[in-house]
Amino acid sequence: MSRQINIVRSSAVPLNIENVDTDQIIPARFLKATSREGFGKNLFRDWRFENDDDNRPKPGFRLNDPTYGGKILVAAKNFGCGSSREHAAWAIKDAGFDVVVSSFFADIFKNNSLNNFLLPVTVGEKFLQTVFNAIETDPKTELEVDLPSQTIRLVGPGYEHSEAEKFEISDYKKTCLLNGYDDIDYLLSVKDDIQRYETERAI
Amino acid sequence: MGKTLFDKIWEKHVVRTIDGGPSVLYIDKHFIHEVTSPQAFAGLDKRGIRVLRPEQVVATADHNVPTIDQHLPIREELSRLQVDRLKKNCSEHGIELYGLGHPYQGIVHVIGPELGITQPGMTIVCGDSHTSTHGAFGNIAFGIGTSEVEMVLATQCLMQTRPKLMRINIDGTLNAGVVSKDIVLYILAKITASGATGYAVEFAGSAIRALSMEARMTICNMSIEMGARCGMIAPDETTIEYMKGRKFAPTGDAWIEKLKYWKELYSDKDVVFDKEIEIRAEEIEPMITYGTNPGMGVGVTGHVPNLSEIEEKEKPSFEKSLAYMGLQPGVNIRGKKVDYVFIGSCTNSRIEDLRMVASFVKGKHKANDVEVWVVPGSKQVEKQAIEEGIDKVFEAAGFMLRQPGCSACLGMNEDKIPAGKYCISTSNRNFEGRQGPNARTFLASPLTAALAAITGKVGDVREYYKNRELLIAGQEN
Ligand code: SF4
Repeated sequence: MSRQINIVRSSAVPLNIENVDTDQIIPARFLKATSREGFGKNLFRDWRFENDDDNRPKPGFRLNDPTYGGKILVAAKNFGCGSSREHAAWAIKDAGFDVVVSSFFADIFKNNSLNNFLLPVTVGEKFLQTVFNAIETDPKTELEVDLPSQTIRLVGPGYEHSEAEKFEISDYKKTCLLNGYDDIDYLLSVKDDIQRYETERAI
Repeated sequence: MGKTLFDKIWEKHVVRTIDGGPSVLYIDKHFIHEVTSPQAFAGLDKRGIRVLRPEQVVATADHNVPTIDQHLPIREELSRLQVDRLKKNCSEHGIELYGLGHPYQGIVHVIGPELGITQPGMTIVCGDSHTSTHGAFGNIAFGIGTSEVEMVLATQCLMQTRPKLMRINIDGTLNAGVVSKDIVLYILAKITASGATGYAVEFAGSAIRALSMEARMTICNMSIEMGARCGMIAPDETTIEYMKGRKFAPTGDAWIEKLKYWKELYSDKDVVFDKEIEIRAEEIEPMITYGTNPGMGVGVTGHVPNLSEIEEKEKPSFEKSLAYMGLQPGVNIRGKKVDYVFIGSCTNSRIEDLRMVASFVKGKHKANDVEVWVVPGSKQVEKQAIEEGIDKVFEAAGFMLRQPGCSACLGMNEDKIPAGKYCISTSNRNFEGRQGPNARTFLASPLTAALAAITGKVGDVREYYKNRELLIAGQEN
């Protein structure tokens, strides 16, 4: 798993369905593992296969369509709602994605993604539709996600003058992703403060 | 300027704040369970560190446990391994485990409150999104992912950004047959499954004040279904009465000390919320969902929306959802045949829920072609139900009383609803496949579920309360 994220340029897989919950991303019956690895093969399991059968992939589903590929997953509004299972972020990362784009992410999913160096990029509804249209028209269309400048844009022939969309991320998280640090590294570094808080707290 | 309930608690728990970034938030209580914790312990091992405050962590096994023959070894190998791993991790790190066979075992969000571990004014987390349940006591309680479980185990803290604040006021008196589950399904239908994303939600108003603690928990439980970071209700006399004498509630001087703190926990009069919503309790009817997210609900006398009532952009998702449910736009939900009834989950598996169902079905029998599972939220709930003779009522009605666990709420153990079948469920999620691959879920209150168990169909429970004086559990009169 790559822990650092800087500039990601890649084609993308479109998933234009709203309110995708984490039960769809990785169904509960696959949560029995005790390690973080190997969830990618069951990503969107029940949308990908007929009757849970590996030999019967559903042809209409974008992740089964070899025309689409890349390190960026483009999703519709309210992506990752429902269960807090981090297995959802693990599955997406394990399937080879470094970025998920949506107009709206559920809170816990967003945190889980950031903690796994999977960058959630929130864009405006209009930009999202432009991206969906562009990919549907030409699956080879590429996107460039630039974390240092916090921008995302369509790139390649025909998009030389396309406008970049800004996205938000806290300076703290940005530093973490650029350098491959995680929250635990930070929290362990302020352990003295935590212990002081414990002795001084009023309640 | 005054402060909100949320801020009063938040400010007391901030260890430090990064300029323009998140805060280090101290966590008072951390609940863990078998499914979302093994990778966190593995992470600690990898870093060579130990749990910082094991006495502030409480563990149980609930998601992945069988709900029959709990005295026998777990048959399914992966489930058994996961439960065994929890045992091993807890014993190695000195964490109290209420595992299978323990008299306190149960669904994590049921046992915390019933044991008095959950208290007002705390910060509480668990690797489970329905941690919002605990907010009914007036605390900040929210679900976290496994990396965050690891952080809390390692440092008893989390990196958190203060959310925006929303208040939902529900004033007035509920109609007979309408209970707290209906309130929350009604709010969801109104504001949608993403209506509170990014917010901490405080539920207030006279209709909330009139609810019992258990009924309040049902509402806070489902605040995550609106996308809320957490749900909360200011503590009051009802809260304090509930806390008294609980196993881990403070006693003596500590009780007096805590009481002082708890009594300060309310939103001051002059505070301004980022968003405020007003609802009249009288408007609310018994609710039911027809779709595949909890925001897709209507009153039981309503109908599935017509295509013309849906925004153009949302049509594909709406149609996908109805195709999954095997329903047509515009049809009435009432009269719809059900195959299974599931009464359980951290939303509605507490003793009041079981009493409510029992009071309705007493002397009646389930419809022939319906299978009814009642899964108590904890060993203590199960014991209480047996002591009160509720088990006998269920037995006579042809209901199956199982043993505590999450069960068909998430279909992780064997308790799955078969493909294509309709289940009316008191749980909190109707997502595709949630109760088993291709299972179809109608979310409803325990009363509406009980009625469906008897008639085999979705009906309007209010008709049974006409001209009759019936005590409705969960609603203090
Ligand atoms: S009962 Fe359902 S919602 Fe509650 S903790 Fe268990 S799986 Fe989660």
